[in-house]
Amino acid sequence: MSVLSFERVSYRYPGAGGDALHEVSLTLEPGEFCVLAGLSGSGKSTLLRAAAGLVPHFHGGRFSGSVAVAGLDTREHSPAEIGALAGTLLQDPETQVIMTTVRAELALALENLGNPPTAVARAVEETSLALGIAHLLDRATGELSGGELQRVALAAALVSRPPLVLLDEPTSQLDPVAGDELIWQLRRLNQESDTAVLLVEHRLERCLAAADRVIAMHAGAVVCDRDPGGFLEWAALHEPSLQTPGARMFARAGLLPPPTGVKQARAALRREGLLPLPAAPEDAPAAGAQPALVGRRLRRVAERFSSRAERPAEAALVIRGLWHEIRDGPAILRGVDLRVEAGERVVLMGRNGAGKSTLLRHAAGLLAPTRGSLASAGRVALLLQNPGDYFLHETVEEEAAAADLEQVGLSELALRHPRDLSGGQRQRLALAIVMGGVERPALLALDEPTRGMDRESKQALAQRLLALAGEGIAVVLATHDAEFAAEFATRAVLLAEGRVIADGPIAEILAGGWYFATETARILDGAHGALRPDQGAELLLAARARSGPAECLLAGEVGR
Amino acid sequence: MSAMSAAARIAYRRRPSPLHAARATVAATYGLALATAALIAASPLLLAALLCAVLGAATGAGVGRKLLRAAATTALPILVLSVLVNVAVNRGGLTVFARLGDWGVLGQMNLTVESLVYGLVFGLRLMVVTLACLLVVCAADPDELLFACRRISPHSALTAALTTRLIPVLAGDARRLAEAQRCRPDGGATGARGRLAILRATVGGALDRSLDVAAVLEMRGYGARRGGGGGRRARGRSRSHQQLRSRSRHDLAFAAAAVSIVALTICLEALGAAPFHAYPLVSITLTPWRLALAALLPAIALLPFTDRRGIQT
Repeated sequence: MSVLSFERVSYRYPGAGGDALHEVSLTLEPGEFCVLAGLSGSGKSTLLRAAAGLVPHFHGGRFSGSVAVAGLDTREHSPAEIGALAGTLLQDPETQVIMTTVRAELALALENLGNPPTAVARAVEETSLALGIAHLLDRATGELSGGELQRVALAAALVSRPPLVLLDEPTSQLDPVAGDELIWQLRRLNQESDTAVLLVEHRLERCLAAADRVIAMHAGAVVCDRDPGGFLEWAALHEPSLQTPGARMFARAGLLPPPTGVKQARAALRREGLLPLPAAPEDAPAAGAQPALVGRRLRRVAERFSSRAERPAEAALVIRGLWHEIRDGPAILRGVDLRVEAGERVVLMGRNGAGKSTLLRHAAGLLAPTRGSLASAGRVALLLQNPGDYFLHETVEEEAAAADLEQVGLSELALRHPRDLSGGQRQRLALAIVMGGVERPALLALDEPTRGMDRESKQALAQRLLALAGEGIAVVLATHDAEFAAEFATRAVLLAEGRVIADGPIAEILAGGWYFATETARILDGAHGALRPDQGAELLLAARARSGPAECLLAGEVGR
Repeated sequence: MSAMSAAARIAYRRRPSPLHAARATVAATYGLALATAALIAASPLLLAALLCAVLGAATGAGVGRKLLRAAATTALPILVLSVLVNVAVNRGGLTVFARLGDWGVLGQMNLTVESLVYGLVFGLRLMVVTLACLLVVCAADPDELLFACRRISPHSALTAALTTRLIPVLAGDARRLAEAQRCRPDGGATGARGRLAILRATVGGALDRSLDVAAVLEMRGYGARRGGGGGRRARGRSRSHQQLRSRSRHDLAFAAAAVSIVALTICLEALGAAPFHAYPLVSITLTPWRLALAALLPAIALLPFTDRRGIQT
């Protein structure tokens, strides 16, 4: 029996003009790991809500067709009954926890299912160990960070070991290390206990290698349902914005088939003779050593990637020895030194809790330093994580001046309610608010601006930020999204435990790492600082164009 | 907004104390017994003794500072308000300390010492009740209480669960909204106008937030009926959950203290051991044995805190 089946399901939210789901038919078998892909507004979250029984029970609206979870028809059974068979994690982790302590939160679902206390205690212990949250068990849920809340909410969805797990962007608040760990924990759960996983994720490069199947949605309908390789081939033809960076690099370099992950990509490049075979220990280059360049053309290509932008003389922000300590707690920032020039594009990266958001709040004057100093050339505009927090009025035109709305292309929506705007429009409105005013800001700081965004929206944001930087405004953003960082920034600052541990050109910082690196850099082993798919493809094309034996061109060790 | 923030600040947190070591239902009963005694007592002597008992219990439970801060923000304004209202409205009492003349429809405004004292005593009672309730919030595990409540009334427990979760969520929303307003180029609206705007936006989003929380509660199986017997199973489970924690010496000590406090207060009031009259003239009789009897209340209330075996600080 299928663990989940949709049969000709159409659904329209109350008062909506069109269908959120349109004639959706699909089945999910036990033990399948399925990724749900699609642009924003394509119906992915609605499909998950329908699988959880929230549509139509909770949201109302017009519903036709049928959804069955392990044989239970969602029209006849409440979300509470479906909840015994399907663990669900929705987008906002803050509303995903109910109880006051983590232990009680994990126990809730099991208690509701009528499990005996010993079974509850054991399941809570094991789930917390599996998800690495055992140290949080006795913490109050109100004290947890966004990333910790997300892990706790996920544990609460998994603790009863349901046959089906429905996850809506479970890694959106996690740093790359935790995000990767989580995907592989899900895969292990899926393999060891036959749990079917239906996962919505925008960063497909993070989860495609673990998936058995990918379903793509567009305008509420299923438009592709294939294995990951087949999906990438479909995406290349029909929806290029859903391609992973690795697949885009391969497509640009004329290589087939598109790789579903780093391992597959590297194997393909080795077959083509574009990557060296793993070196014997005595031949291995010293850690941190850059591969030697071969050929003038390759060298010229690589020099372009790592070239530093000319630094203007004027500093937009100067931070010296900044400390931020909290009462009865650890120091969040420990002697941070940072200088940002006018028009510079900087990304702050690091694990959850590294101090990125705190640093931005200091820059904007929302926090006062415990020690150290901070000076800026003018106003610092800060765009916080949730653009909706800026809206207090009934119409868009009340929130920002007409000129500022025109700059972000929202003039036509001036009479709309801010909360009726799409995610991208909300962010543009929030940008208009913080950038407005008489005094033009010297620096724009953004905290995780790409969370929950599809690639098209990210590109539009990058263009907007590039334009602002072109006007001389320094832009500093904190992000976990290495791909976006590579698209936008010229410089990366890596924070750990409140300290700056690396600061340099983006090609140097993101090419040399494993977690804080783009997929292109991981595939090419950081060769020549290529971070973006277009850069990687250019390198591959240059390497392939060389005459003679092509072995190990990227490593620069011809004829090893 | 500040009330929401205050509520979020005073939330339960497990601490090494005898009161926290007792069951949530016992801790709640103990706090409510102090509140009930305050409602029964008419004498300022007994109320002062109960105030000492509440503050002593809070200190013993490690939440003394928290409770004093809460007293300053919530209980003290109530006390001041009750005094002002009583002095302005009550015409009883013979000792006039201020003649404010004719106030039209309100008549002659003569402020008396008796109405002032009565207002103070009434405010003191409200203060003790408020602080005793806050002690329950600080020292009784709400999750454990919810499980206990669900056995009696599942729907009320669901509402309580929603409410308790919604308060910190909305407080977080308000905090974020306020921070975002500070990021506006003009610094956003300040003062009462700014607070009102944030409060309006927070309340406006409360329905959406409550729906989100309710959806999660339902998906976690809250209120599920399994073949018609799910409710019974859940109730059976709740009992076994309670049985997992057998009655401890702390449970017995605090339960005994709770019963004794209420019983002693009733006896003292019934026997007229602490006579007090506010009108027409203030009359209160203080003798050593009456003071000793009143001192029994904090002594009984604090006795369970002396057993700290196995509690590391």
